[in-house]
Amino acid sequence: MENKNIADRPVKIFVKNLNKCFGELEVLKDMSVEVHEGEVVCLIGPSGSGKSTFLRCLNRLEAANGGTITVDGQNITDKKININKVRENIGMVFQHFNLFSNLNILNNITLAPVELKLMSKEEARKKAMELLERVGLADKADAYPAQLSGGQKQRCAIARSLAMSPDVMLFDEPTSALDPEMVGEVLDVMKVLAKEGMTMIIVTHEMGFAREVADRIIFMDGGYIVEEGTPDEIFNHAKEARTISFLNKVL
Amino acid sequence: MEFLDVLTSSVNTFIPALGQTVRLAIVVLIVATVLGVIFGLFTVSNIKVLELISKIYIGIIRGTPLLVQTFIIYYGLAQSLRPLGFQWKDIGGPFTAGIVALSLNAGAYMAEIVRGGIEAVDVGQMEAARSLGLSYGKAMQKIILPQAFFTMLPAIINQFIITLKDTSLISIIGIRELTQNGKILTSNAVAKSMPIWLVVAFYYLVICTLLSQIAKIVERKVSHRGK
Repeated sequence: MENKNIADRPVKIFVKNLNKCFGELEVLKDMSVEVHEGEVVCLIGPSGSGKSTFLRCLNRLEAANGGTITVDGQNITDKKININKVRENIGMVFQHFNLFSNLNILNNITLAPVELKLMSKEEARKKAMELLERVGLADKADAYPAQLSGGQKQRCAIARSLAMSPDVMLFDEPTSALDPEMVGEVLDVMKVLAKEGMTMIIVTHEMGFAREVADRIIFMDGGYIVEEGTPDEIFNHAKEARTISFLNKVL
Repeated sequence: MEFLDVLTSSVNTFIPALGQTVRLAIVVLIVATVLGVIFGLFTVSNIKVLELISKIYIGIIRGTPLLVQTFIIYYGLAQSLRPLGFQWKDIGGPFTAGIVALSLNAGAYMAEIVRGGIEAVDVGQMEAARSLGLSYGKAMQKIILPQAFFTMLPAIINQFIITLKDTSLISIIGIRELTQNGKILTSNAVAKSMPIWLVVAFYYLVICTLLSQIAKIVERKVSHRGK
């Protein structure tokens, strides 16, 4: 992907002056971010810096306290919009996978498309099998989540999100709960997605991965964006002292 | 043995009484389960009015004895609604009143069981369902309640058995179920008090054991998937 083209593409997500508090605690302070179509943005920063909260605001799993979030021209902070409709186009992958433990892998993937009447049962099944093939889990269609390893669960969770054919995928520390030897298989699936042009916002601690796939890195600390730029600008030429000290600790 | 004598000689009155107990229990368990699910969902709904309604309902039921509740519903309600032309005997008499009282009572306990079951499901399950675009109701129906059901099952069965035995308290308003039948028999044969009450206990033991056995089979059938 050529970086210089991205700025010319339409804006997919437009966040302006976002504020989020948990009681007295201000977790996000006046955040403004633009994400363009097909862009891969990695959010990095220390724990408690607000990365995950920011991500969860983008599909309103957390309601913003101030500011606006516009996805595809729709202001999702507006209480009157149909948030379910918006969420159909925003996939989300969680740190702890959150596969539906009462359903087998196939039904985990087909549930939403069928219930939301986007596909017939048969179409959904076909698409699910294609997706499982793609993430290398075709033989696990009939298994239950409890029978899968962490890496397999997360690949299945990605397939479940993709079944809705979203325009944007949000990843909330997708590899943080995995055994080290399973991190690679999940990152590989994500790399392919990035190459195919999916718009992705990824909260991650995998710096090597961020450097490789991201078009832009955003470094957050204390609820602010401290610094943002291309992987080269952040990892090799960081300007802010806090960015440099964070990267020194994790690299 | 006197117990066996009474058991065989009183079959003609105990069988209809047993039928009455079982009928009472079945209707009550169904109504109570429906009430329990409704008020359990109210409690976790995050809608203040609904939460308050179910809190008040559960609070009142748990804070007062079943016997007093039965009196309020059978005698109290009949008296205060009489000006409106209401009489229990128009809608099935004490049997209906007993069903109302017991269902309201068991429903409150079931609501607490349902709430506990729903709250025991990992919040991530709801978040994942909602983030796919499913509505709150659909997520509850397809993901949360089926999972909650597994954790609730032992408590539900326990409540079923308690409620089954609580039907004995309803004898007080004159339904001829097992306990009332025992009372009538002993009043005619005071000297046989012990064997008669042992027979009553025996019938309860049989149906409770039967219920737990059925419950065990159901539990085994539905829990094969594990967590």
